Amino acid sequence: MKLRTVKQHMAFSAMWVACGLTLAILLVVIGYVMIKGFALINLDFFLTSPRGGLSGEGGIASTIIATVYLVITTLVFATPLGVGAGIFLVEYADSISSRFVKKLVASARFGVETLAGVPSIIFGLFGYALFVTALHFGFSILSAALAGTCLVIPVIIRTTEEALKAVPMSYREASLAIGAGKWETVWKVVLPSAVRGISTGIVLSAGRIVSETAIFYVTLGGSYRTPTSLMSSGRTMALHVYYLAMETRAFDKALATAAVLVVLIILLNLVINTVSRWLSR
Amino acid sequence: MQRRKRQFDTAMKYSLLFAALASMLIVLMIGVFTFREALPAFRHIGLEKLLTEPVWRPGQEQYGILAMIAGSGLVTLGSVILGVPLALGCAIFLSEIARPRVRAVVKPCIELLAGIPSVVYGLFGMVVIVPIVRQIEVPGNTGFGLLSASIVLAIMILPTITSVSDHAIRSVPKEYREGSLAMGATKWETVSRVVIPSARSGIISAVVLGLGRALGETIAMIMVIGNSVIIPAAASSNPLTIFLSRARTLTGNIAVEINYATGLHQSALFATGVILFLLIMIVNSSARYLMSRGGMRKSG
Repeated sequence: MKLRTVKQHMAFSAMWVACGLTLAILLVVIGYVMIKGFALINLDFFLTSPRGGLSGEGGIASTIIATVYLVITTLVFATPLGVGAGIFLVEYADSISSRFVKKLVASARFGVETLAGVPSIIFGLFGYALFVTALHFGFSILSAALAGTCLVIPVIIRTTEEALKAVPMSYREASLAIGAGKWETVWKVVLPSAVRGISTGIVLSAGRIVSETAIFYVTLGGSYRTPTSLMSSGRTMALHVYYLAMETRAFDKALATAAVLVVLIILLNLVINTVSRWLSR
Repeated sequence: MQRRKRQFDTAMKYSLLFAALASMLIVLMIGVFTFREALPAFRHIGLEKLLTEPVWRPGQEQYGILAMIAGSGLVTLGSVILGVPLALGCAIFLSEIARPRVRAVVKPCIELLAGIPSVVYGLFGMVVIVPIVRQIEVPGNTGFGLLSASIVLAIMILPTITSVSDHAIRSVPKEYREGSLAMGATKWETVSRVVIPSARSGIISAVVLGLGRALGETIAMIMVIGNSVIIPAAASSNPLTIFLSRARTLTGNIAVEINYATGLHQSALFATGVILFLLIMIVNSSARYLMSRGGMRKSG
């Protein structure tokens, strides 16, 4: 009897330690980056652009603009496709009678699952082959956004599906019963009730684009100048961290940029958590 | 009016179907494009030579990716050895031991760990982990290499493995636990002999999913693994020093060279991509198979 409880204590302590260690890792990573990074951050850091020199002089202004530009462009491509696909899979897929279309739906589901597991460098490789080279978009915001779209589409589809499934069936039935068409029901009844859930997916995707480096390393070109059009090259903040660390070895500037990134990600996570808590209430 | 509405409905339905098919089309296009670009490499170098030749020297037309396969394999192995026990401990803690209030704090923290950009982990590895590893006194040890990369990668796959196994453990029916406790088993006996065995396939698929993530990681690996194209070997009589060797991953090989490669060299990089893609497809579908057999669905 005694031995059994001793065993239990030991096992449970080990689990406590595992969890404590994980939290400690999180704290050390975030703490280190923040403390080292914030030592260097001031208003100038946000307002000046990198000068491209070897010691990494300058701030991150142009990289902030490139990041925002890229996030918006990607979402413009990915949101209609992802939300549309999610709507189809939840609202229409089950009522399909044609065998052929059913097969298409099954293949669409398979596509989403596969896409979600593809490593990002493959999207980069694909984007480089198709958008940068074959279509002659060059290293540009456009090429990068199209490659980034492949990365976030599964995220948007999945969250849209979850959000739509959470809308009670009775809403749809009531709308159809008073004579609304299928699309009218989806547009005026189902989507408004699911809009918060869908928006968490979009925020999540924005976070993915902000964090992603590998895809943009091979499609965005890495110019430190401010992008002026869809065809300009550029570098996102994440990419800037990479170039600072690997090419100029300006670790202090890299840490400062990383600190800004981490704060941004924490904020996005907070938004998502608040919205989803708000939903489950 | 009624008819126009119905026509509009049908039009909407098919445009939405098109959106749904976009993912499939993207997968197809990725397959076709990468394979088409890789074709010259498969034709002129040959799959066998590509996979077994240990030398990668594009300048001299030598294209073997064995060293990169070894690099990816070893760093994945290292990260699984370091990360899995920690992740499983966390998952069991979260699902069986932690009170709801503790769980409500810890869970978002682990999700945050998953959200931190890989370039930040790479940077952290460069400025913190590499200098620590450099202290180990073995000839030729620079700190950059498999050990540092495994540590960084272990941290990165930890959240995936933790949340999927947590989900698997929590979907074990309550009655199993109650039955075991009612027979006089202690809580730990219940967890270790009833709950975990029932969640086994979910837990294994969590580990396999983590493996897939590890194989696909690029930027953080480039930053800490040293990127030398060599087959890792032990530096002294202690076989563990193999982990102090520099290496290069399949992903890193693509990222580092693609932007300036031309001709056969570029094609060989696409071939690396095809092999990586197939490898990860196999890993992910086995995870999915395990999950469907275990009767649970992966949570988002």
